Amino acid sequence: MANSTLTKKRSTAYGSTVALKAAMAVTGVILVLYLIAHMYGNLKVFLGQEAFDGYAEELRDLGYPLLPHEGFLWIARVVLLSAVLIHIYCAVVLTRRDNRARGGASRYQVTKRVQRTYASYTMRWGGLLIALFVIFHILHLTVNVIAPGGASDSPYVRLVNGFQPEYWYVTLFYVAAVIAVGFHLRHGIWSGAATLGFNRADRQGKINAVALAVALVVTVGFLLPPLAVTFGLVSNV
Amino acid sequence: MNITLRVWRQKGPGDEGRMVNYELSDVSPDMSFLEMLDVLNEKLTLQDEDPIAFDHDCREGICGACGVVIDGEAHGPEVTTTCQLHMRSFEDGDTITVEPWRAKAFPVVKDLVVDRGAFDRIIQAGGYISAPTGTAPDAHATPVPKADADRAFDAATCIGCGACVAACPNASGMLFTAAKVTHLGMLPQGQPERATRVVKMVNQHDEEDFGGCTNIGECAAVCPKGIPLDTISQLNRDLLGSLSKGVG
Repeated sequence: MANSTLTKKRSTAYGSTVALKAAMAVTGVILVLYLIAHMYGNLKVFLGQEAFDGYAEELRDLGYPLLPHEGFLWIARVVLLSAVLIHIYCAVVLTRRDNRARGGASRYQVTKRVQRTYASYTMRWGGLLIALFVIFHILHLTVNVIAPGGASDSPYVRLVNGFQPEYWYVTLFYVAAVIAVGFHLRHGIWSGAATLGFNRADRQGKINAVALAVALVVTVGFLLPPLAVTFGLVSNV
Repeated sequence: MNITLRVWRQKGPGDEGRMVNYELSDVSPDMSFLEMLDVLNEKLTLQDEDPIAFDHDCREGICGACGVVIDGEAHGPEVTTTCQLHMRSFEDGDTITVEPWRAKAFPVVKDLVVDRGAFDRIIQAGGYISAPTGTAPDAHATPVPKADADRAFDAATCIGCGACVAACPNASGMLFTAAKVTHLGMLPQGQPERATRVVKMVNQHDEEDFGGCTNIGECAAVCPKGIPLDTISQLNRDLLGSLSKGVG
């Protein structure tokens, strides 16, 4: 405004909404690829304890002797943690900008959704739910500090113990979080592709189909192991 | 038709504002929405009340001056400008809620009138080409592929009405900015400044306190000119290209 004597800090394009969203898209790609690999490992539970625990052990020596024992795992952990932190940081900055831009929570007396998907509503609160779940999930099945049904050195036993019917609330939290991940991917994959510049009118349908397919596969793939345990299809021998 | 209007009344920028109900009878279904407001305003004037302020100019759907949120949708239930919306789109006995565009970048001036100067400043930042003017060159002097010309023209039909910002849950002005970036970016005349243009326009967009795009698509769905959503993707690609070349 002409009557302002304050010099506003100039925006630079590196900190623009578009650049921050590109950072979210790139970190999102890393996290989606990780989810698919993680889901593949989880499904080994249907091949029995030996296959599941063996896979977990193999991961520790992936790239050996080029990498030390657990070397690959720690590299993956650093990359994933950085990706998560960048993703969350950008999301918080952008959400605050958006809230300010909207000019208050009670924007209109009447609001009507024209065509937006349900998934697009769930990005922020769904993301928060996923973040809280990931903390619980690591304490439960990775560190095993939280050990419903008893701690164990075997990943298979941890999984089976943790999702027994009497711990239905653990399973419920897991199911809710995985469904939130599904919605997050449904809109996130589409949005990430558009942010990185891949959207064109003739590709819009395809990008949305891929987003929906990946979201469905990941959701079902992650739901199967814990539900199989709860319903007694997978158990300790 | 008899209708009830719930209209946002605000005396000026500093006023808090409130919704006020008005009953209006004998509305013809053939009236445009703005003509219906004209009838109400004549009635209010005769009653010594302040008429409802709203922006309008051509009333042909080509200038982009008019625009209000009607029952929660920018420009109302039809995909057109408010002036081209007719009362036949409503039912007898309806209650219609009318509100101004809401965004921090579009402060309310009075009632339904908002200041859309932020759009002008985005254009001033880079929505032009720096070419010496003179007589019009021959139309075929610079060949442009038909598909590119069509896309440039589609983007150029933006009238700057602001419906995209009003409909966006983040109050983002990306569709407007992307329309101009795409329009000039598709044509040979726009190439020399293409990398710097997108940077300047996005910076100005952010400085005006518009929000970011989350690719939800409500903007393109309400756009009376049908600006395609993928123009935003083209802007993103241009901006990331500029950043990778160090133009930031």
